[in-house]
Amino acid sequence: MSKNKQQQPKQQELTKKPSKEVAKQYEQYVKQFTPKPKYFSNSVKAFLIGGLICAAALYMQNKLMEKGMSEKDAGTAVTVTLVCLAQLLTGFGVFDTIGKFAGAGVFVPITGFANSMVAPAIEYKKEGPVLGVGAKLFSLAGPVLVCGISAATVIGLICYFIK
Amino acid sequence: MKNKLGKQTFVFPMMPRVVGAYSIVGEKEGKGPMAKWFDMILDDDTFGEKTWEKSESKMLKQAMLQALQKSGRDKEDVDAALSGDLINQIMSSNFMARDLAIPFLGLYGACSTMTESMILGSLLIDGGYAANVLVGVSSHYCTAERQFRMPLEHGNQRPPSAQWTATAAGAMVLSAADKGDKAMTHGKGVPQGQERKEVYITHATVGKIIDTGIKDPNQMGAAMAPAAVDTIVRHLMDTGRSPDYYDLVMTGDLGYIGRDIALDLLSGAGVDITATYKDCGCMMYDRKQDVHSGGSGCGCSASIFCGYVYREMQLGRIKNALLISTGALLSTISSQQGESIPGIAHAVVLTTEGVK
Repeated sequence: MSKNKQQQPKQQELTKKPSKEVAKQYEQYVKQFTPKPKYFSNSVKAFLIGGLICAAALYMQNKLMEKGMSEKDAGTAVTVTLVCLAQLLTGFGVFDTIGKFAGAGVFVPITGFANSMVAPAIEYKKEGPVLGVGAKLFSLAGPVLVCGISAATVIGLICYFIK
Repeated sequence: MKNKLGKQTFVFPMMPRVVGAYSIVGEKEGKGPMAKWFDMILDDDTFGEKTWEKSESKMLKQAMLQALQKSGRDKEDVDAALSGDLINQIMSSNFMARDLAIPFLGLYGACSTMTESMILGSLLIDGGYAANVLVGVSSHYCTAERQFRMPLEHGNQRPPSAQWTATAAGAMVLSAADKGDKAMTHGKGVPQGQERKEVYITHATVGKIIDTGIKDPNQMGAAMAPAAVDTIVRHLMDTGRSPDYYDLVMTGDLGYIGRDIALDLLSGAGVDITATYKDCGCMMYDRKQDVHSGGSGCGCSASIFCGYVYREMQLGRIKNALLISTGALLSTISSQQGESIPGIAHAVVLTTEGVK
């Protein structure tokens, strides 16, 4: 690590509450020791698994439409199936393993939403049905919903005025 | 002051002895490279309890009671119990102490609690306030995870700098140095009949809180490393010892990243301990166990001190050890509010040679 020597902050400077510059210098220094997430292989895995889920969903939707279901109903049926499947896998304790591998691939589709509801439901069961599950059920999905609905409202307003 | 060296180091002229120690770990830790040193490995992390909190408390109680049994002492002989854990309001320790009926002091020093309890226990003995003190700590992956991070079944990805909270507990019985009563130790790893060395606590260096401005709760090794370095440097300065006085310098849970930073910072401060330095967080798991930057949690250092270090010292393979438990004193609220992580490290000297 001798090549990093210039960037190493002095121990005396770190001992007292360090100034912003020293804190920043330390943060930079720490970065050299921290392995970076494997962005490329993570992206490939997410693309493959996410793509697989979406392709399977589309295949199912097409099959249902062939059987005479309307596009809207078929879409709903597929969504419900995906949610149920993700919930089941979460309950069996498999989803976190898949999530660790596929990352955004299972997290961005509706499967991630289902997981973020069921995981706290299982976790907080011991604290009771109302103050445990009831209070914590939306602890992960809630922030996503709030931000999503807020963003949709803002964009909706912008669209309304532009038109 | 007669029992203090330099600015931060206590000397214990009475030399409290460690007369019993017990370690207990979870399933995953039991599959790691340190497995042979632990007294008990759980088949199931629930330990037969309904909630994770209860399992952790039971682990701690088991460690405390078994350490006591190994020391050959009764509950009535113990003047004080000191313990801590990571759960809000240290509930695991409180519930453990509820059943113990021993005067109890609860401690919180995050993952530094093991050495904190050893220091305070030694002080009680050295000051003549106690003849026998029971100290111990615990941590549990499942309780820590739900308190500090995400529900267990949530399918998130952990960054490479994240550490894995060890499901582990360790306890020790410290005793005033009345030689003659041989510590009764029978556990795996220590062969029967072999003469065992006495393990004394001679010095302790209480660390200062050091906050280098790291805000990422997944970077605890980096947040704690400067505190560990400061305590090591301060200890050597206070005692006037050179780093090679110790045949083991062991930090609690800096993990792979924190260990590298600590070694680099130490060499920058002119202290070279590469040959004798180890970190419990790097030893607890195999790299293949996918724990990213290594283990953490109070139990990580506690179980390795009580298992590996204590036994190796009894067998005479380690003579002088400097143990430093390191703690990242963050809360869920402080990190959400964007506060940086205060780090702390306390050092304890264990020796088998009765010299001061």
